[in-house]
Amino acid sequence: MTHLGVPKTYKLFIGGAFPRSESGRTFAVRRADGTLAANAALASRKDGRDAVVAARKGFGSWSRATPYNRGQVLYRMAEMLQGRRSEFVALLTQGSDAGSDAAGAEVDAAVDRLVHYAGWTDKITAVFGSANPVSGPFFSYSAPEPTGVVVVLAPTGSALLGLVSAVAPVLASGNACVLLTDQDPCVAVTFAETVATSDLPGGVLNVLTGVLAEVAPHLAAHADVNALDLTGADPTLRASLAADAADTVKRVYVPAGTPDFTAPPGTARLRAFVEIKTVWHPVGALALSGGTSY
Amino acid sequence: MTSTHLDWDYAPAPESPAIGAVRDRYLPFVDGVFAEGRGPDLDTVSPGTGERLATVSTSGREDLELAVAAARRAQQQVWGPMSGAERSKYLFRIARGVAERARELAVVETLDNGKPIKETRDFDVPTAAQHFFYHAGWADKLQHLGLGPDPAPLGVAGQVIPWNFPLLMAAWKIAPALAAGNTVVIKPAETTPLSILVLAEIMADADLPPGVVNVLLGAGDLGSALVTHPGLDKVAFTGSTAVGRQIARSLAGTGRPLTLELGGKGANIVFEDAAQDQAVEGVVNGVFFNGGQVCCAGSRLLVQESVAEEFLARLQARVETLRVGDPMDKNTDVGAINSPAQLARITALVDAGVSEGATAWRSSCPLPERGYFLSPTIFTDATASMRIAREEIFGPVLTTMTFRTPDEAVAKANNTPYGLSAGVWTEKGSRAMGMAAALRAGVVWDNTFNRFDPAASFGGYQESGFGREGGRAGMAAYLRTDDEPQLAPQPTEAGA
Repeated sequence: MTHLGVPKTYKLFIGGAFPRSESGRTFAVRRADGTLAANAALASRKDGRDAVVAARKGFGSWSRATPYNRGQVLYRMAEMLQGRRSEFVALLTQGSDAGSDAAGAEVDAAVDRLVHYAGWTDKITAVFGSANPVSGPFFSYSAPEPTGVVVVLAPTGSALLGLVSAVAPVLASGNACVLLTDQDPCVAVTFAETVATSDLPGGVLNVLTGVLAEVAPHLAAHADVNALDLTGADPTLRASLAADAADTVKRVYVPAGTPDFTAPPGTARLRAFVEIKTVWHPVGALALSGGTSY
Repeated sequence: MTSTHLDWDYAPAPESPAIGAVRDRYLPFVDGVFAEGRGPDLDTVSPGTGERLATVSTSGREDLELAVAAARRAQQQVWGPMSGAERSKYLFRIARGVAERARELAVVETLDNGKPIKETRDFDVPTAAQHFFYHAGWADKLQHLGLGPDPAPLGVAGQVIPWNFPLLMAAWKIAPALAAGNTVVIKPAETTPLSILVLAEIMADADLPPGVVNVLLGAGDLGSALVTHPGLDKVAFTGSTAVGRQIARSLAGTGRPLTLELGGKGANIVFEDAAQDQAVEGVVNGVFFNGGQVCCAGSRLLVQESVAEEFLARLQARVETLRVGDPMDKNTDVGAINSPAQLARITALVDAGVSEGATAWRSSCPLPERGYFLSPTIFTDATASMRIAREEIFGPVLTTMTFRTPDEAVAKANNTPYGLSAGVWTEKGSRAMGMAAALRAGVVWDNTFNRFDPAASFGGYQESGFGREGGRAGMAAYLRTDDEPQLAPQPTEAGA
């Protein structure tokens, strides 16, 4: 007796829940042979705005979480991704002509990327911050803080590794993220399901599937979005989104050249979405404190 | 009680303008030579008197092409290949040169800008020298910045700086760019071109190779042409948020690294437990330093309701003693507004505050009969929606609001699209640290205000701009790291 399968509809991920698009729209995802693989939600401008509201809310708790806690959550995401390895291999091979060996290597690399950033959370401040030896009786330090709500346009090409490589550094420093993708929605939404079981607070990562050129311009101009990662946009769209972002002085990250996500990641993406805050505090004069006069 | 009348007025103590050795005519500095520019002549006016100070020859488009080409040549042939240790010695020389001509620079700056001589003498000029000295030391230590083993210069940097700290902003821009191995084409504001030309003389005297620093003179149209020039690898701008937006828009899609240091609406937050007289001094310093013509000015006062009445009385009494007037007088606390245009902008916002229902209090200090001056002004009964609470005034005008709880103070302080500075006044250490963490601003001063140091990064959150100046983060703005491959520069019209 054969079992009739239960196909899944791939829905959006907003505020920790999986709603359909408020517009009611869907689009079909087809396998290489043209058969229907699944239906996915086609995100609208309003979904984008809802995702930003959710992200702003998520930013509050995530940015205040301890770096140790954030590291544990990112590591948990790696654990969850590891557990879904075969599901991702099936998805990556279904949507492209990639063999299962290549797909397996991509999932493994994505797991390792999450582990890499899990280890960054409690080191960003030490590596990119400083105690400032200022010329005066002041204790001064500079420390990175998360920029806020970051909209990431998922990289083209490696559907899982690119997505993870773009999202993980944004989350590691305490930002909230709205991920927009016109790549395989099955991979992105399954990754959202992975995240949803990783103790990441609702709203910290939101995933919208659909057409970049339809939703992204509204998010680029949105006053409650602080930064954009335009990796996934083509040069024309990058230019118009960067122009849309100018009115609100957003941070815009555009990689130089085509990123190789299989290479060690460096720190450019980590540094792109932090703000250095400098704090000054007077140092009182104590006869025995030493070091300030001679 | 009988009282003997005591005359507490200060006798004038003017610095001698002759120390500035201001000449009648100044020229742009391109490729190591001071030469006539191809633009029309421009008079620069001394804001303290309203009289012509000097005439400058401005740069035309052809001069821009020559400057970018000279900078490219110098970067590729001389400055880029030079060892960091050698670059560092040039920067140390410049630091020394600024210190040695400090008195002259202070006078030139005060005459051209209108800020008090005590500020240029004690702050602008020494801090500018320190910026060169600090960054000189980085030139041969780039591998220790935490940006990878071999960070590379970006190439040619185009820089546009404002009129409120003309020499200091030149130092903030030029020193890190040069330390990292870049060359520079820089344009000062049209109302304050002189001090950077003295700096250019110092650089020439230091035998800085031709083309490493090029100074173009002119107004906003030249600045616009400079920052959009396709031959640049980096753009840095300090100025208004409106212009910063235009630059960001015009560079969209070019991939050219950009740093923007823009406007602010800094909140100075005074808690009831603060040392009140210290807080008064800090609030005064926060908004009347350089006549409030400071991007990080503490232009909003948030004072806890329980002490608001008493604090405002003390504040007004203190502001009443500020001496407003001749910038060249060593006793002057608040100098001139930089230009009639800026005075008109400030006056329009003050008028808006009154018409929107806030109460204006003005110092009774007499103002000079000539020059551009404004009485220090404190608004009370202001609400968060008023223009004086939202817009950058860039003048000696303070907008006061009250709060009850620390959370309310944070919410009100962060209720702005800007995010450059904030001040916190409290004797409670944990509250000071907690507030510093909660305020969304690039620099937070606890129990002090308007402190700057080249070792401490400075820059904004949100619409106050992005990128940092000073410290390691400031150096990062002029370097390419291992994981960011180089884009090919576009050829200039004049050739490289």
